[in-house]
Amino acid sequence: MHKKLKPLVFILVLIPAFYLTYAAFTDNLGANPIEELLHATGFWTLVFLFLTLSITPLRKLTGWNKVIQFRRMIGLFSFFYAFLHFGVYLGLDSFFEWAEIAEDLTKRPYITIGFSAFVLLIPLTVTSTKGWIRRLGKRWQKLHKLIYPIAVLGVIHFWWLVKKDITEPLIFGIILIILFAIRYFKLKK
Amino acid sequence: MLIKNNPDIKSSEITTEEDYLNRRKFIKFSLATVGGMALKSTALFAGENGSDLAELKNIKKSKFSTTEEKNSWENVTTYNNFYEFGTGKEEPAENAHTLKPKPWKVQISGHCNKPGNYDADELIKNNQLEERIYRLRCVEAWSMVIPWIGIPLKTIIDKAAPTSKAKFIEFTTLDDPKQMPGLSSYVLQWPYIEGLRMDEAMNPLTILAVGLYGRVLPNQNGAPIRLVVPWKYGFKSIKSIVKIRFVEKRPINTWNIAAPR
Repeated sequence: MHKKLKPLVFILVLIPAFYLTYAAFTDNLGANPIEELLHATGFWTLVFLFLTLSITPLRKLTGWNKVIQFRRMIGLFSFFYAFLHFGVYLGLDSFFEWAEIAEDLTKRPYITIGFSAFVLLIPLTVTSTKGWIRRLGKRWQKLHKLIYPIAVLGVIHFWWLVKKDITEPLIFGIILIILFAIRYFKLKK
Repeated sequence: MLIKNNPDIKSSEITTEEDYLNRRKFIKFSLATVGGMALKSTALFAGENGSDLAELKNIKKSKFSTTEEKNSWENVTTYNNFYEFGTGKEEPAENAHTLKPKPWKVQISGHCNKPGNYDADELIKNNQLEERIYRLRCVEAWSMVIPWIGIPLKTIIDKAAPTSKAKFIEFTTLDDPKQMPGLSSYVLQWPYIEGLRMDEAMNPLTILAVGLYGRVLPNQNGAPIRLVVPWKYGFKSIKSIVKIRFVEKRPINTWNIAAPR
């Protein structure tokens, strides 16, 4: 059953990427397409990070144990969208102007934070294979706890970049607090 | 030796420019409709190209216009900063239908000899409308080239006859929660206020716009009357103006309160 579900989930999580590609080629991204791509890929990165974080609570609270089978895939898709987000920033938004990118990284705290979160995702992505899980043993669990600070950095990145209306980052922040609270109060033995 | 090459396509077979453009429009529209129905259920296509808005007549071209390529009607009318209708760029286009730009009163007050409550139409009537194609630059690092229709602000100032005490002008946007759903949010202090120095206001480049692309202003662009100050960032070009006040002291504008850095 879950074996069959996997390809379905795989396609589902690709829908945002397909839609953005389609919209980009048909001029449906509005007046500021680069900004739209940047915002959309950033948004989906956060969504998939949060979904990854929801798997364990969902499993523990509902007893649906096999849901764990989707965790790696969804986690990897967080990286996929983060990679697109970073790529759009580098290529389309900054046109690979390295001097400007360096200035962004050092002078704009929200970019420093977002970049840190992206860098931290890399070791998690690399060590997601069976081989690495075996090789790292107990240390794998420890390493992958990095997802908590990554999610926090992601929300701060969003919070600091909005000009005035903090509604959306606030919603992400509240959901993150709920996810952490479930872990702290419900899942601790 | 002259080699005569027969053109391999007869000119009669070449698609005319009109057909070419129509076809592109058709494809774009079909794709957008199909995609739009599936993915984005906004009613942006209603009144596309502003066919539901009144046309403005007797418009003079201006030597102050830029020759840069203009942004499309769709760009100009679906990507707006107008927090009174929401902070998202697409929200004003979705929400501004609740604004009633007619009838509209503009109160002129403060240090001037002819204060009063003027009808927006009356204020503009008997003045030569001009097309001013300006680049609107936003502080958020984007810009658009927009063909505004309006009159120099100076003509209105001259009519109001400010006294020597008038050093600045304070402009106020409508503040009616019934017409502007965004006012329920505390994201900015309402009403929206902007100010200009007298010399900035009198500059021939500064206009009161009442239309764009040959039609009256769409609501999301600040109907029925707004300021356009082309050398300043977009937030200075205040929309849907209800008050023009001549003052002695520098007005405290909304963004100055919100982000005083």
